[in-house]
This record gives sequence, C-alpha cells and structure tokens, in this order.
Amino acid sequence: MSKILLHGTEAICEGAIRNGCRAFFGYPITPQNEVPEYMSVKMPQIGGVFVQAESEVAAINMVYGAAGSGTRAMTSSSSPGVSLKQEGISYIACARIPCVVVNIMRAGPGLGGIQPAQGDYFQATKGGGHGDYHLIVLAPSSVQEACDFTYRAFDLADKYRVPAMILADGMIGQLMEPVELPPMRDLSELPEKPWATSGHYGKDRRVLNSLIIKPDELEPHVNELKKTYDEIYANERRAACYKTEDAEIVITAYGTVARIAKSAVNVLRSQGIRAGCIRPITVYPFPDDAFAACAARSCTKAFLSVELSLGQMVEDVKLAVNGKKPVYFYGRTGGNVPDESEIVEAAKRALESAAKQA
Amino acid sequence: MVRILLAGQGGQGVLSAGQFLANSGLHEGKEVSYLPAYGPEMRGGTANCAVIISEEEIASPLCTTPDVLIALNSPSFHRFAPAVKSGGIILVNGSISDSFAGRDDVSVYDIPANDIAIEAGDVRAANMVMTGALCALTHVVQDKSIVSCLQQRFVGKPQVLAVNERAFRMGAEAVAEKK
Repeated sequence: MSKILLHGTEAICEGAIRNGCRAFFGYPITPQNEVPEYMSVKMPQIGGVFVQAESEVAAINMVYGAAGSGTRAMTSSSSPGVSLKQEGISYIACARIPCVVVNIMRAGPGLGGIQPAQGDYFQATKGGGHGDYHLIVLAPSSVQEACDFTYRAFDLADKYRVPAMILADGMIGQLMEPVELPPMRDLSELPEKPWATSGHYGKDRRVLNSLIIKPDELEPHVNELKKTYDEIYANERRAACYKTEDAEIVITAYGTVARIAKSAVNVLRSQGIRAGCIRPITVYPFPDDAFAACAARSCTKAFLSVELSLGQMVEDVKLAVNGKKPVYFYGRTGGNVPDESEIVEAAKRALESAAKQA
Repeated sequence: MVRILLAGQGGQGVLSAGQFLANSGLHEGKEVSYLPAYGPEMRGGTANCAVIISEEEIASPLCTTPDVLIALNSPSFHRFAPAVKSGGIILVNGSISDSFAGRDDVSVYDIPANDIAIEAGDVRAANMVMTGALCALTHVVQDKSIVSCLQQRFVGKPQVLAVNERAFRMGAEAVAEKK
C-alpha cells in the first residue's frame, strides 16, 4: 500500500480504527482537537460510537463502561484534561479493563500553555491517579509510529487487561509525514473477552468493579496486578538505539525530542565526538536493559537526558544506569523546544563534567 | 535535504502551500515532513510551517535555520530573514513588503506575488506564485508533481485549478527573469 501524508492526530485515529476501536469519547482541548474531529466523522461511517462528552471526567467513565462491555474504546485529551481523567483511569486499572488513553502533552503546570511539552512523564509512568497501578505507555516519535503504536496499544491492553496510553508531545500531533496505514482488522478475529459485561444471555454473572472492601480480597487482587506488571516489564520493554555501540556520550530522549537528539548525534559525530542515542519506545515499562548495556561499556563516559520538562525521565535513567556512569540533564519548558545545537552544547558540557569527575 | 520555512499572514495560504510541497515530495518518493507552527492563530494572525524534503530519513523536523524562506508578508520577512542559513535563499512578497534583509550572505528574490496572483486571476493564489518561484529556483520538487497535487486538491473546481496553475507558472517565469 502506498504512503499518504497525514497529521499525527489523524494517524492516531487511523491506528485505533484499523485495530478495532469502535467507541470514542472526548472533550475538546488544544492541541488534540483534531482527534475528536476526525473520530466524529469516521465513527458513524464504520458503525462505531462517537460522543462529545460534557467533560473529561464523563469521557473517561464512558470509556470505562464501553470497554467494560468488551468494545475497543479510546479517549484522547491533552495534559490538563488528562489530569481530570485520572480518577477514572485508576478505577479502570483496578477493574482491569483494557482501553487506550491518548495524551498529546502541552506545557504545564496548571492550564499552562498550548505548545509541546513532556511534563506529564511522571503522571503517565508512575501512576497518575491514586493507588498501586501502572499503564502501558508508548511514546511515538513520528507520524508512522503514532499510527502503529496506537494500533499496537489496543492489542497490548487486551493481552494484559491493562489500560494503555499513547504519550505524545504536541509536535507529534501537528506534524505531517508519510504514513503507510495498516490493513483494517477483521473484528471477528479479535480474541474473546471472557470477562466482558456484554449481556447475560445464559452466561454466568460477570461483574467489573473497582470497589473491593475486604482487605483480604483487595490484597490478592493488587498482587495479581503486580504479577501482570512484572510480566509486562519482562516482555514489553522497547527502545531504539542509534550508534550507541561505541558512544562516549549517550543522549536519551523520547518522542519528537529524540529526533532532534538524533540530529545532534550526527552533528557531534561530524565534529569527531562519538555520540549515540537511546530512544525509549515504551516509557512504562522503562527499557532499563538498553541503558544498563550502555552503562556497562567502557567507551561510554556519560549519559544526557534531554526532555521538555524540568527533569522527569532522567530519574528512570539514573535508576537504570545505577551509578555506573554520570547522568546529566538538559531540558526546556513552557512549550519551548531545543534545537540540535543546544543539545550538541549540552552533550559537550556533559562530557567535560564527566572528565572532571573521573 | 532542503529545509523550507513558509511564513505569512493567516489566510494567505502559507500552510496549504507547505502541504502541496510536502505532498509533491511524497509523490516523488522522497522523505518529507511538514510542521506547522501551532497557536491560537486564525485568519489575520501569523502562520508559518516548516517543510523538509530529503532523499534520506529526516531526523529533526525543526527548521530553525532554513535553507529557503518564503515570506508572504513584511512581518514574517523581517522576523525570519535573520534565521536563514548563510548561502540560503529568501523569496519575499514584494507587493506588500520591502526586501532589505540587512545581510549579504543570502540571495533575496523580490517577487510581487500579490500583483502576479491578481493577474493570474485571484490574489489568493499568491502562495502558488511563490511556490512556482521556489520550484524554478531550487527544483526541490518537479513542476508536474505540484500540478498533479493541485489537480487532486481542486477536483471539480476547474476555474480555481486554472488560476492556481497559472499563478504557479507565472511565479516560475518571474524568477527566471531575475536569475
């Protein structure tokens, strides 16, 4: 199939639709309005459901209900809106209902601004709502990945009965690039959901609930969740490494920033500095194996985490590097995005600091 | 790899010209990216987009030092002219802007895009005048790719198509005279 030019937001929708998403609930917020706009046109055409809810809270609870019936369901929002969804996400995680939540991050805190940011990393990867739970969090860095990862998120969510999140910065939403769309999934192929509250019809009674009052019932339930997260950690960590084999400085970034970092790696290499880049594809589970492998190499002198935040993923990088090499940070906030020359300079400073420390 | 920054007033067709370029590159089997500046902007405000057309994979989609600037009005000309790469090209809409960039390491082409577009049939085709000039100067994409994109976009609107094709051709001719 030939490639077509699509916005990141449209690619997310196509990835969802082509892997069986038949229910979308949303509430407008910049910079992701093109997602509900696209879905409002497409869903009726394919026999799906589109509702513009009265709020983000309503939208996530509609996902809770629709996905609970076994339908592949999705909601989308941007940072402040995703904060509002957190209660619902925690309930969905406890009730073990697979669904997909899209966060096209804008600058915070508060209502913040509408330009690209990555300040929701902690929220996305460390819980976000209350209680012990995790999401599977995928971070696309191109329009093709926006499509492919959303497609994949539905399968991962179903496989583990864990909600999945697409964590993208505002640039991915607005960027247009060539995309090869996957074929439309035949809905009858999708695995059966023996837990779904899809009507009695002579089946045993099924209940999906996030209220488990007795401690001796809630504890085993939470332990079961933990077992699932361990399994996800073992199976699903993904990262893309670029020229890390001989790198003295390993830059790490996710989303669009990883592409700017890749350009910075090329500039550094042209100046004779051996640079490489690790791009986490899953930010939960965090691909600590890729970092540990680099940290073990004698050629690697330092790590540099580049983010559109005050320093969030850098904590996971430090845990993964485990003190073996110094880890530095460079970030921009407020909706500003560093260009490759800023990252080149930060990488040089990191190497200098590491040399002094050694 | 060519990095093109298109800038102007909202409603001048800056973003659609960028999409025509990106789509034309895609038709030719090249790697392309199109990144619009995104703000609370509407008709009358400012608009700009970064288009990259490349034979190889595109890493950063940013265009902080463009090879080519297409400025459709005076504020965007003065805002972005200092950012253009040394040795780069600036195409400025001379109908509504001066063309003094204050630097001698770039080639500035003063193209009266509004006047040419009016002659072609519609002032709204000023974006295609500039696109025609760009293609004639840089050959970043082939004329026939742009024309086939126009035909796709304006299917069922033969008059609009004719005006845009004419504007595109006249833009190319305008720059040929200056070369």
